[in-house]
Amino acid sequence: MTYSKRLDGRKFDELRPIKTEIGVIPNADGSALFAFGETVAIAAVYGPKPLHPQHLQNPEKAIVRFNYNMLPFSVSERARPGPSRRSKEIGMVSGNAVSSIIDLTKFPGTVIDVGVLILQANASTRCAGINAAAMALAHAGIVMKEMVSSVSIGKIDDKIVTDITKDEEDYEKGEGATDIPFTLTSRTKQITHLQLDGKIQTGRFKEVYDAAKKACEKILKYQERALKGEKIDENKNSEDKKQVKKK
Amino acid sequence: MTKEEKQRKIVIPGETIVSGDDYLPGDFTKKEHEDIVANRYGLAEVSGRVVRLIPISGVFEPRRGNTVIGRVEDTTFNGWIIDIGGPYSSFLPLAECPRFINKNDISEFAGIGDVMSVKIQSVKKGSIDLTLKSRGLGKLEGGRIIKVNPHKVPRVIGKEGSMINLIKNQTKTEITVGQNGYIWIRGDLDGESKAVDAIGLVVEEAISNGLTEKVEDFLKV
Repeated sequence: MTYSKRLDGRKFDELRPIKTEIGVIPNADGSALFAFGETVAIAAVYGPKPLHPQHLQNPEKAIVRFNYNMLPFSVSERARPGPSRRSKEIGMVSGNAVSSIIDLTKFPGTVIDVGVLILQANASTRCAGINAAAMALAHAGIVMKEMVSSVSIGKIDDKIVTDITKDEEDYEKGEGATDIPFTLTSRTKQITHLQLDGKIQTGRFKEVYDAAKKACEKILKYQERALKGEKIDENKNSEDKKQVKKK
Repeated sequence: MTKEEKQRKIVIPGETIVSGDDYLPGDFTKKEHEDIVANRYGLAEVSGRVVRLIPISGVFEPRRGNTVIGRVEDTTFNGWIIDIGGPYSSFLPLAECPRFINKNDISEFAGIGDVMSVKIQSVKKGSIDLTLKSRGLGKLEGGRIIKVNPHKVPRVIGKEGSMINLIKNQTKTEITVGQNGYIWIRGDLDGESKAVDAIGLVVEEAISNGLTEKVEDFLKV
């Protein structure tokens, strides 16, 4: 039995319905919401602002403090609030993924605070977080070379699939499941973040990159539309469509 | 120049605004091969050959000569440290205060938490110096402070102060608008609330046409 049909009925290269919006947090300098289906992330950006304690300041450039956090109610079993090994690690890699596109030389000795909260989780939370953070940074008027878009590509059994869910992550038959979160820049298509959880044949990696590139281009379109003032909620649209079909 | 070229559009970082060798990059834009690329989020404007980008969001970027409103963060032996909401905290030296101040207790004039209207004297790398030596500057007493997006301040003031004067006259309040987005309002209770709501309306609908009429109608009610 191979993985011939996805568990939620999507095509192998299809994303989950996306929801996205900017300006969700009025008090922040920039903010955004980004959701892949049931995975919902919000991001807030504060700064550049003075950084204390002074020994953390870098006299040559601004620093980025990226904070990733899952809210207790975001998963079915209550997540213990506060930083954990996992959230610190994801915060670090996500921070690296976005800081490489920011022009940090303009306000040396300051800090740009990026906070990402996961409101609801169904796999690829870090990708939703990075997408939201990139939009929030742009919304906060930070000078940056380009945008970033992030997606998780999976290898479920022997199939390369885009934007995997928790159920797919836990797939055990055949070759099992591999999760590869990818972050690509919008203009130069460079990789700013790449992780691998599982196993994959080296020869197949090109397929993964192509799938990621295709998906990131789609995601960038959504980010662009939201930043230009549109509120996007495909979840609602698809429900409407289903209802029409039933009638 | 055709009609299309004069139009402004919102662009995102990394987006190609125009391409071709006829254009030159202006503020917050960069030339990459043939393309003029946006370097931040904002409104792109093509005027003649020059492409520039007008920021619409983000923190206040201090410039020399800006009049701003700030809150005293700390007092030192020779001046005040003032938070003006920018990337760096700023310093107002005692010598830049036009009236006599007892050096042994400068908090007599302004202590921690007091609000002042000040002018930016100079912006150096990592520090901002302020002054009080100009008309209309000094400590602000009573009233309330609200914060708006600093990029919307020109709209709140209006052409030659038309918008702010309208709000001042209709609500019978005193208003000082800082370039950093802090706005100080003093008047009677109703006037103050009305002015806050009117400014909220201006900020919300900053891009719409006929804004002055809308605000006039709002204030009459």
